[in-house]
Amino acid sequence: MRKRESAIRTAVEKHGKERKNLLPVLQDVKQVKNYLSRSDISEIAAEMNLSSAHVYGVASFYHFLDLKVRGQNIIWVCKTISCYMKGSNDIMLALEDVLKIKVGETTSDGKFTLLQTNCIGWCHKGPAMLINDTPYTDLTPEKVSNIIDDYYKK
Amino acid sequence: MAKQKLKRVDLIFSQECSCKDIISAALQKPKEEIVKELIDSGLKGRGGAGFPTGLKWKMAMQEKGNKKYVICNADEGEPGTFKDREILDRVATKVLGGMALAGYVTGAREGFIYLRHEYKFLIPKLEKVLEKFHIWMDDFDLDFKVKLFIGGGAYVCGEETALIESMEGKRGEPRNKPPYPSSDGYLGKPTVINNVETLVYALMIIRIGADKFKSMGFEGSTGSKLFSVSGDTPKAGIYELELGMTLDEFVKEFGDGDAKAVQVGGASGFCVPRKRFAETHIGYQGGLKGFSLPTGGSMMIFNSSRSMYNVLHNYLEFFEEESCGQCTPCRVGCQQLLKGVEAVKRGEKSQKYLNDLLRLAETMQLTAKCGLGQSVGNSFSSIVENFREEMIY
Repeated sequence: MRKRESAIRTAVEKHGKERKNLLPVLQDVKQVKNYLSRSDISEIAAEMNLSSAHVYGVASFYHFLDLKVRGQNIIWVCKTISCYMKGSNDIMLALEDVLKIKVGETTSDGKFTLLQTNCIGWCHKGPAMLINDTPYTDLTPEKVSNIIDDYYKK
Repeated sequence: MAKQKLKRVDLIFSQECSCKDIISAALQKPKEEIVKELIDSGLKGRGGAGFPTGLKWKMAMQEKGNKKYVICNADEGEPGTFKDREILDRVATKVLGGMALAGYVTGAREGFIYLRHEYKFLIPKLEKVLEKFHIWMDDFDLDFKVKLFIGGGAYVCGEETALIESMEGKRGEPRNKPPYPSSDGYLGKPTVINNVETLVYALMIIRIGADKFKSMGFEGSTGSKLFSVSGDTPKAGIYELELGMTLDEFVKEFGDGDAKAVQVGGASGFCVPRKRFAETHIGYQGGLKGFSLPTGGSMMIFNSSRSMYNVLHNYLEFFEEESCGQCTPCRVGCQQLLKGVEAVKRGEKSQKYLNDLLRLAETMQLTAKCGLGQSVGNSFSSIVENFREEMIY
């Protein structure tokens, strides 16, 4: 509880209370907390003198502002056409196989959440995915399983 | 007149002279001369919409008030586009140079790069470049600072007014236009907002001169442009080419010998079937006979092994997710088009139902609030009309 409150206060102090700073504040809190809970939304609203409805409306609008508990690492597999043509489905199957979860789920050890996303701008090197902020391109099922292994070793 | 050969150009990534010198020389010129040069060059926005850049700068320059902004739109989200990432990765100083020019011309002292969330890995590199750039600004005695603003992941925020809404701490929902950002932009102040590539061209035009730029391309579509080539091609990547080529020339160079269609301009663009490659030019409409198609740079090639139903289905899923939901034609239209093509494919609806869907796409084109909803019909109609049998069987 204390960690959450201080994360919110730190973010608001860093960026400022004006509404224009809402997106950076939400991004910072999400970074520390892993996701934005309902009570975070209300607290951010109170700190910034905005309505909770406004803050929730903004937080729920953007793909990368998670409102659900996520794993320590989030995998975003690109599902848009150029990656799809290069076999993004096989990459997803390989990930589901390695992680023993389905798309949308989190591993039981809380290490990974597996999600899909739209075009991430690596169409010439598909299939591609992001793990957190890091892009991985020219993927093959073997490559994917090595990448996951490396994360487990970290 | 159309030029017949596909011509490679090297303006964007060229390092032929120091970026600092280019910026310094450009800043020696009177503001009016810079705007005149840009207007004269015929440069149009390279993000896809194609608004004349010089005019945009001129309008913001003429606005009264001492608070103005320059925004670099790096929310590159159109499927099949990846050039802005490469520009920011390799020649970010040129982008900042273009922004400095826009700041100098309009009197803006603050600038932002609105970087899409998916490109966050570029932040450490960009911060280093910004540090160097701010020292240059001090050297030139130009009061102009640039900050990064990171997007939250929303395709619609590439639309300039949605991008501004998002920077103001709101949902990225496009505004009604007019007023335009040049008078009522970020925080209600006059704002120049340009695509990454456009800013580099603005700088390079001031360096090489409007005449040299105009000598490339054709009337109404002058100069060159970066193309992001993907799909069924042995040469996927980024290429700077002179505007005005035909798709025939393009496919000969980049296709795998079996191209049946090219999607020009991404999911919001047009699908051109093989029989129309020869008569379709790449450029803005109006300058050439036949079809001229504009593009933000996305060129996706499909060979004969591809199902165009799958292609369309992928685009519609994309739009259905990325529609901001603000206006009914787009929110409901995207859902219904997707459900509709699925129903026809499953045989639950007769093939005549495709005509109803085409009319719906046309209604969206006329009534949706922003470019997203208005352009869903581009890919929908061009794929359904040209590959109708693939939608049914």
